[in-house]
Amino acid sequence: MTSSERDATSLTTAKPVMSSDLIVQVPEGVPAKEMSYQEAIREALREEMIRDERVFLMGEDIAKHGGAFGVTRTLFDQFGPERVRNTPISENTIVGAGTGAALAGMRPVMEIMFVDFSGLAMDQICTQAAKLRFMTGGQCKVPWVLRMPQGGGAGKSTAAQHSQSLEMWFAHIPGLKVVLPSTPYDAKGLLKAAIRDDNPVIFLEHKLLYSFRGRVPDQEYVLPLGECDIKREGKDVTVVASGAMVWHAMVAANILDREGISVEVVDLRTISPLDEKAMGRSVRKTGRVVLVAEPCRSYGPTGEWAMVVIEQAFDYLQAPIIRVTGRFSPIPFADSLEKGVWPEADDVVQAIRRVMV
Amino acid sequence: MEVQPEILLEMYRRMIRIREFELAAMDLFKRGQVKGTVHPYIGQEASGVGVCMALRRDDLIAGTHRSHGHNIAKGADSKRMMAEILGKETGYCKGRGGSMHIAAFETGSLGALSVVGSGIPLAVGAALAFKMRGEDRVAVPFTGDGGSNTGNWHECLNLASVWNLPVVFVLENNHWAVSTRLESVVKVKDLSVRAQSYGIPGVNVDGFDILAVYEAAIDAVAHARSGGGPTLLVTECYRFEGHYAYEPEVYRTRAEVEEHRKLDPIPRFRKYLVDNGKASMNEVNAIDTEVKQEMVDAVQFAKASPPPDPSTAMDFIYA
Repeated sequence: MTSSERDATSLTTAKPVMSSDLIVQVPEGVPAKEMSYQEAIREALREEMIRDERVFLMGEDIAKHGGAFGVTRTLFDQFGPERVRNTPISENTIVGAGTGAALAGMRPVMEIMFVDFSGLAMDQICTQAAKLRFMTGGQCKVPWVLRMPQGGGAGKSTAAQHSQSLEMWFAHIPGLKVVLPSTPYDAKGLLKAAIRDDNPVIFLEHKLLYSFRGRVPDQEYVLPLGECDIKREGKDVTVVASGAMVWHAMVAANILDREGISVEVVDLRTISPLDEKAMGRSVRKTGRVVLVAEPCRSYGPTGEWAMVVIEQAFDYLQAPIIRVTGRFSPIPFADSLEKGVWPEADDVVQAIRRVMV
Repeated sequence: MEVQPEILLEMYRRMIRIREFELAAMDLFKRGQVKGTVHPYIGQEASGVGVCMALRRDDLIAGTHRSHGHNIAKGADSKRMMAEILGKETGYCKGRGGSMHIAAFETGSLGALSVVGSGIPLAVGAALAFKMRGEDRVAVPFTGDGGSNTGNWHECLNLASVWNLPVVFVLENNHWAVSTRLESVVKVKDLSVRAQSYGIPGVNVDGFDILAVYEAAIDAVAHARSGGGPTLLVTECYRFEGHYAYEPEVYRTRAEVEEHRKLDPIPRFRKYLVDNGKASMNEVNAIDTEVKQEMVDAVQFAKASPPPDPSTAMDFIYA
């Protein structure tokens, strides 16, 4: 086992109750390969780099080493040091240089090793890249993608500075798009869309999902940014989730299905732009909603989603909105403590039972 | 270095254009017609013009909160500059940017970023694009002595050095970061020695002497263009006005300011041109008169221009 494989596996082997056959996105008969979420991301990068010579990668240890989670492994061998660039540990400059390259006509894809480190680059992400087109009156565009692994859970966290989920930091900023893929199929199609998008796109990969497997079509496809995906249709209650939380929702839906409760799972896929209309449609149909997000509760995504539900479907609600979130706490190291702060599938089950009363 | 007379006169014109633009902008500000603030470039004209005259139009510059001068030095139009300061639709940024964000992309700008030090990585990234595509273009980030204490600046010198990128880092040392004197926050006397840490050339020139700046810039740009990598070019200047227009300046003495005003780069260059037979007094005076009229016209244009339509407030957020 190489050192990068050790890094990659140390955080990605957990799949206690989640099973990849819970979500089937590619019908039988469609030519497809089974691959992991990590491989799907790599294939998206590979295909886009072949398709468009303006696409290149920049980040810490992404070349031979393949990045902390091995996502870019083999790309250095295929594309060489010009297009798969190891950088110094200079997060703000990685992003800023990406912005400059984008302004000058390239389409960089940057990697920051953990989303927790994005604090070092927030000026370039939120204050520069996100605003440049606007404050110059449309004279320029900033087509880049910033890939960042985030999240934790399942007893696999690495404490307070390597395990956060921070999508709301970016979703609050006009000018950015924020993507959280939950499956290999989505990861590939959404990343290709992000690379082709003319705006700065924050692409948040969930660390627990890297080893998750699913079928990915052989034929090329691109998924739209800003549209949610109904991962499971149901009629009694809507569960809105993104990223790894979609799997908790699916597990919960399966359990409750046996009790005769029909759960609709809305995977937002991009939380900015947020597909408000589709959320509204689902809740107007079911009349009940549970919101599931991994970040800490206070000022987290579910507060925003709840307001969208109220704006879109207040008169249709038959029960209070309930949310399942991380607790308002830094991520602890010890397993025994970690279990206390993370949302789990069972929390989603309990929440659904509460709205069904 | 022998510089063609028409280039010398164009340098002079751009210096005067910056000076007159800033005086007009300060006047509008004093009358309450500019919202926010303006950060005058007065006193530093030789630095911006000396550098930008050494660049091609397709070379790119990254600016700061104090970049009226950089834009004009690179060839921006006074009318559209003035209109931007007044927040008009005809401004370079259609009134979305204002004084601190004026950027004329058509003349080779990467934007003017008002967080000190934040524009520097943009130039490094543009230089990376040039190098990857095999283009012989150069990128120039401007910053001040204050900006040279940011992490961005140090990260960027390092990255441009290790990747051998065509960047000329211009550090305009005006000795004051708002109210903070350089000597109170930096121990080295000559900021160009910082280049040694990054294994690149560091050059220090008299920023009041446009020909000295121009010659140093020509060398640094040629070095970058030919694949030699980045240079740190420190221009020793002084900010004649406050950090912003009509600022009280309680942190420095009038005597210190007056002492530096004696070094004003514009009369010095005018004298050089006339004394050395590069231009007649009549030619130089004619430029002064033309540029003064240009600013009257620019102010008139800006005032007569329409403000952006409120219905377009959400434009340009996404491409």
